[in-house]
Amino acid sequence: MTSAISCRSVCKTFSAGAIAALKDVDLVVEEGEFVTLVGASGCGKSTLLRTIAGLETHDSGSILVDERPIDGPGVERAMVFQNYSLYPWLTVTQNIKFTRLLAAHTRDCSSADVEVAAGRADALLKVMGLTPVADAYPGQLSGGMQQRVAIARALMSRPRILLMDEPFGALDAQTREVMHDLILHVSRLEHCTVIFVTHDVEEAIYLGRRVVLMAPRPGRIDTVYEVPLPAARTQDMKHQSGFLRLKQEILERIRATSGLKTDFDLLQQLSRQTTNT
Amino acid sequence: MSARRTGFWTIRGSITSRRYWLLAAAGLLLPLAAWTALAASGLVNPVFLPGPLDVLKRLVSWFTDDNLLGDIWISFCRVVAGWALSALIGLPLGLLIGTYRPVQALLEPLTDFIRYMPAVAFVPLVMLWIGIDEGAKIGIIFIGTFFQMVLMVAEDVRRVPMAQIEAAQTMGATRGEIIGQVIIPSARPALVDTLRITMGWAWTYLVVAELVAANSGLGFAIVKAQRFLQTDKIFCGIILIGLIGLAMDQTFRLVHRRAFPWAHARSWT
Ligand SMILES: Nc1ncnc2c1ncn2[C@@H]1O[C@H](COP(=O)(O)OP(=O)(O)OP(=O)(O)O)[C@@H](O)[C@H]1O
Ligand SMILES: [Mg+2]
Repeated sequence: MTSAISCRSVCKTFSAGAIAALKDVDLVVEEGEFVTLVGASGCGKSTLLRTIAGLETHDSGSILVDERPIDGPGVERAMVFQNYSLYPWLTVTQNIKFTRLLAAHTRDCSSADVEVAAGRADALLKVMGLTPVADAYPGQLSGGMQQRVAIARALMSRPRILLMDEPFGALDAQTREVMHDLILHVSRLEHCTVIFVTHDVEEAIYLGRRVVLMAPRPGRIDTVYEVPLPAARTQDMKHQSGFLRLKQEILERIRATSGLKTDFDLLQQLSRQTTNT
Repeated sequence: MSARRTGFWTIRGSITSRRYWLLAAAGLLLPLAAWTALAASGLVNPVFLPGPLDVLKRLVSWFTDDNLLGDIWISFCRVVAGWALSALIGLPLGLLIGTYRPVQALLEPLTDFIRYMPAVAFVPLVMLWIGIDEGAKIGIIFIGTFFQMVLMVAEDVRRVPMAQIEAAQTMGATRGEIIGQVIIPSARPALVDTLRITMGWAWTYLVVAELVAANSGLGFAIVKAQRFLQTDKIFCGIILIGLIGLAMDQTFRLVHRRAFPWAHARSWT
């Protein structure tokens, strides 16, 4: 196995050094691996993902993709955002085919390639269950459907790496489950390497071969957990004791590293005040 | 429509189109009726407040004897020319200011400063610099609309969500492609609205522009009528400018609805 992404001692600060968003982050992701990123709010998950995507620059350290240091965004890395990233003036099909408007994807492109691309757009529509809404505008779709369009658009150019920042954060539990199986299926089908950021520990374990836990102030990698489940995941695995134990362990670790704790004295004081008045 | 959302005082409630037009007609006709009643009552000297009928008569005589259509046409041309010139320079400039921070730093404070200067006060300067021919009138309308327009265009462009731009960046779009394929299409509905609103302002500067040694046009007619105390003609001119403005505004709205169905579609099928 070769590494698709390797971060070595990546450091990044915001506000002229006042906020240490990333400190000495080392992370190697193998070709075809599905890695999930969890951690308390503000621990730098989004920053790490955006840095790998090339949307942010890092102060020191190195990020290699296919053994080459990255220089800004690249077509081999696609990103799916939490929301608002679809183009509301384009229909679903046009959104998915957006990369066909860009020189980076159509340079030295034969007419056969164009046909292949059209076929791929159709296939993606089908896989994502979007055929009935192919000509609708994003504003007419539910949140779950919009995210499917965003994923299909990201996959259109056959990226080797898929970076996802809480893509299902705004969806309800049922829609999420459907999306989980969909994304696992598609990433295996496309041989994609995936880094997936989430707040939801259950989601992180269910999707990831490894779960990377980050801790805040300064943003760093705290623990990396191997998920003791077979590669082909099914929903019932969520009730296995191994799954639940890992979930418990990760949740406790997030709580311990978050630096937040419930102040019971303060709560008691508040409730006393409300009962007195 | 569910019944819950259609009450008269429902916040952001909906309304049937029949009801909408009835209320709109009432809103326009009630002041007209009040005006008619007040003028007919004889309480006010007709020199100060001519009745609707006098105004209508004056309109007809203006049309038959005084080349009304010529006045409308020349005013229309001046307004559109000044506005189009603003748009021609304002759109690209606003796009640059809204897209590139250094350009913003360079030009926005300056534009902000100039836009607070009263356009009317530029009249003598414009006469000095450009003279008193058509260019001067167009120049004043330009000064009145351009600086506002640039700032509004820049704001429209800045409102394009960063996520849309970053999505294009991660798909490998070049700078030119991001501007052409994301920023401009995304901002287009807002830009058409800006053009509509600034067109309205251009009309408000017409009278000022035609103060400058004009001998034709609606604004000139109003100013001249004042000299001869022809209040009915002043009313005519004001109402005509209002109606033309309203018609253009509605045209822009129609274009907006036709050109950007996606911005108006709320729920699908
Ligand atoms: N553009 C920015 N300017 C200044 N500080 C920033 C910026 N982006 C992020 N930060 C800071 O960097 C730290 C990490 O932010 P980041 O968004 O990566 O956290 P996160 O783990 O994604 O949080 P969440 O789970 O809430 O999304 C935070 O302290 C945040 O305030
Ligand atoms: Mg985040």
